[in-house]
Amino acid sequence: MSELIRVENLTKRFGDFEAVRDVTFTAEAGSITALLGPSGSGKSTVLRMIAGLETPTRGRIWLGQEEQTHTSVQERRVGFVFQHYALFRHLTVWQNVMFGLAVRRMSKRERRARVEELLELVQLGPFRDRYPDQLSGGQRQRVALARALAPRPNVLLLDEPFGALDARVRQDLRRWLDNLHRELGVTSLLVTHDQDEALELANRLVVMREGRIEQVGTPNEIYNEPATPFVAGFVGSANVLHGHVIDGHMEFGEHRVPIANDLADGIDARAFVRPHDVRVRAGGSGGGSGTARATVERIVTLGWLSRVVLRLGDGQAIVAELPSDELCDVGLGDVVAVDVRRALAFRASDVGRLAEFASVES
Amino acid sequence: MSAGFAIRRGGDRDAMFRRRRRAAVLRGMLVALCVLYLAVLLLAPLAGVVWQALRPGWRVLGDTFTRSDVVHAFTLTAVIALITVAVTTAFGVVVAWVLVRQRFRGRAFLNALVDLPFALSPVTVGLACVLLFGRGGWFHDFFAARGIQIIFALPSMVLVTIFISVPFTIREVQPVLEEIGVEEEDAARTLGASVMQTFLRVTLPNIRRGLLYGIALSAARAIGEIGAVLVVSGLIQGRTETATLYIYRAMEERQTASAYVVALTLAGVSVLILAAIEWVKRKRTREDEA
Repeated sequence: MSELIRVENLTKRFGDFEAVRDVTFTAEAGSITALLGPSGSGKSTVLRMIAGLETPTRGRIWLGQEEQTHTSVQERRVGFVFQHYALFRHLTVWQNVMFGLAVRRMSKRERRARVEELLELVQLGPFRDRYPDQLSGGQRQRVALARALAPRPNVLLLDEPFGALDARVRQDLRRWLDNLHRELGVTSLLVTHDQDEALELANRLVVMREGRIEQVGTPNEIYNEPATPFVAGFVGSANVLHGHVIDGHMEFGEHRVPIANDLADGIDARAFVRPHDVRVRAGGSGGGSGTARATVERIVTLGWLSRVVLRLGDGQAIVAELPSDELCDVGLGDVVAVDVRRALAFRASDVGRLAEFASVES
Repeated sequence: MSAGFAIRRGGDRDAMFRRRRRAAVLRGMLVALCVLYLAVLLLAPLAGVVWQALRPGWRVLGDTFTRSDVVHAFTLTAVIALITVAVTTAFGVVVAWVLVRQRFRGRAFLNALVDLPFALSPVTVGLACVLLFGRGGWFHDFFAARGIQIIFALPSMVLVTIFISVPFTIREVQPVLEEIGVEEEDAARTLGASVMQTFLRVTLPNIRRGLLYGIALSAARAIGEIGAVLVVSGLIQGRTETATLYIYRAMEERQTASAYVVALTLAGVSVLILAAIEWVKRKRTREDEA
């Protein structure tokens, strides 16, 4: 049966470099948990330590009820899917899936039945005699998944499984993995730098940065209530605007937007505004206290969605995203009414250089 | 920048054709030079050996191969080559694996050291062996006390041949190991394979081409070796005389006919090994293309 994964104060040092620092989280049994972060944030190292491919410098690991910090890779019974598939190139699809069963001494008939079953599951029955280099990237990753699942692992660990694939294949495979997970219910830990992937697949997100956890939460919490400016900028896009906090409101330009967080009056702050939280109306009048005027500088139409770059009265740029049909009477150079529905404020000193990274305008 | 330059120059069509013709002539000359080089340095001596060996007529073959010292010389060469290949294969894989997969202080130094046998003259290797195991050498008394003869006997001949042949396997296996990376090995371990199972089922099949290539080269080297073996063997006829040493002695004793026959046989074996290498190489590229 599927087990939970728990790590406590996990730390990994490579020489002087601390790749992972005091990481603690639990992945619930039967769920998909995503470790999300930019490259170099230590998420893959966490995954490799859980698999037993790396030894932690400090900290503890549980798979199910048993502590596994010091057990060998082979004893942990994890299924591991690598970014570059890591299929055995000298073996056929059938032999690849068989590998984990062959080294585990099962009866021949049982093994065969299991391989059949898995090839059926990943819809690769007709390809059983092909070698890995005769398959497409998507097919290879499905073989890798079948191979990992064949010995009935306690947990499934996926290290950027779709990272090497085309955008289209990646989407298909993501949906397919989602269905597969519903069917099998195996506890899965997914490492990714792709926020869409994490938001779509995972029940819980662990956002990492520079070896540490920034925030743990449901996709909804991470997106709507980011705990740090980094999370606000990394998950989903955001405008970063300079301003001040006055009376529980964030002021920038002519805007005055209520904020949820508790920041002292007068402090120098940055407002994070999601592009879809910016409303644009033709004609520079009307609206409430959050409304201000801006000039349209650029319009990019991405099908049903349009992205509008606006210049606020105080010279700051802000990007709005809205359905294209709401824009029909707005043109370049027009002065429009801009209404910011929601903003998150962070202390300017906490934001620092991250602002550049987070900003959608560039 | 170079493109712009070419376009400007290319405006003059006659000049362009002249340049092309010149390039074609130059190319032809280079090819001719290569062919000449191969003919003079490789084919002519080989043809000479064939001609010299067979000049007295075919019966010289029978005469040579029934001589007991010739049979013994070939047997000894085969024994030395077999032991050498077995040892360099096992040792080569281990050293290559350590050099590629392990990170430790002095790795770069060890890596450079592997090429030492290529740089050293085989005679020097032989002399070093005599210094270590000969009378008055550091290890002489240890083995002499146990009645084991090293110098002027098979052990020293095998030892120097191994020393000289060992870099081939290492240098052939190393880049292959480097290229395949650790992911497949990691995958095997997560699937429950032990270290030994991982090596036998994953690593070994992946490096087998490089390994075969290394084996062929080591074998060729071991069969053809003379300098180091000459120094340590003591040239005892019928006891420490390899095929190459037999040729050496036969020439001294003016038995040119049998010397050429043995030389021709060794050349034939080398050609066979070369063919085997080519075959492995072809197979390798075909697999890469697939």
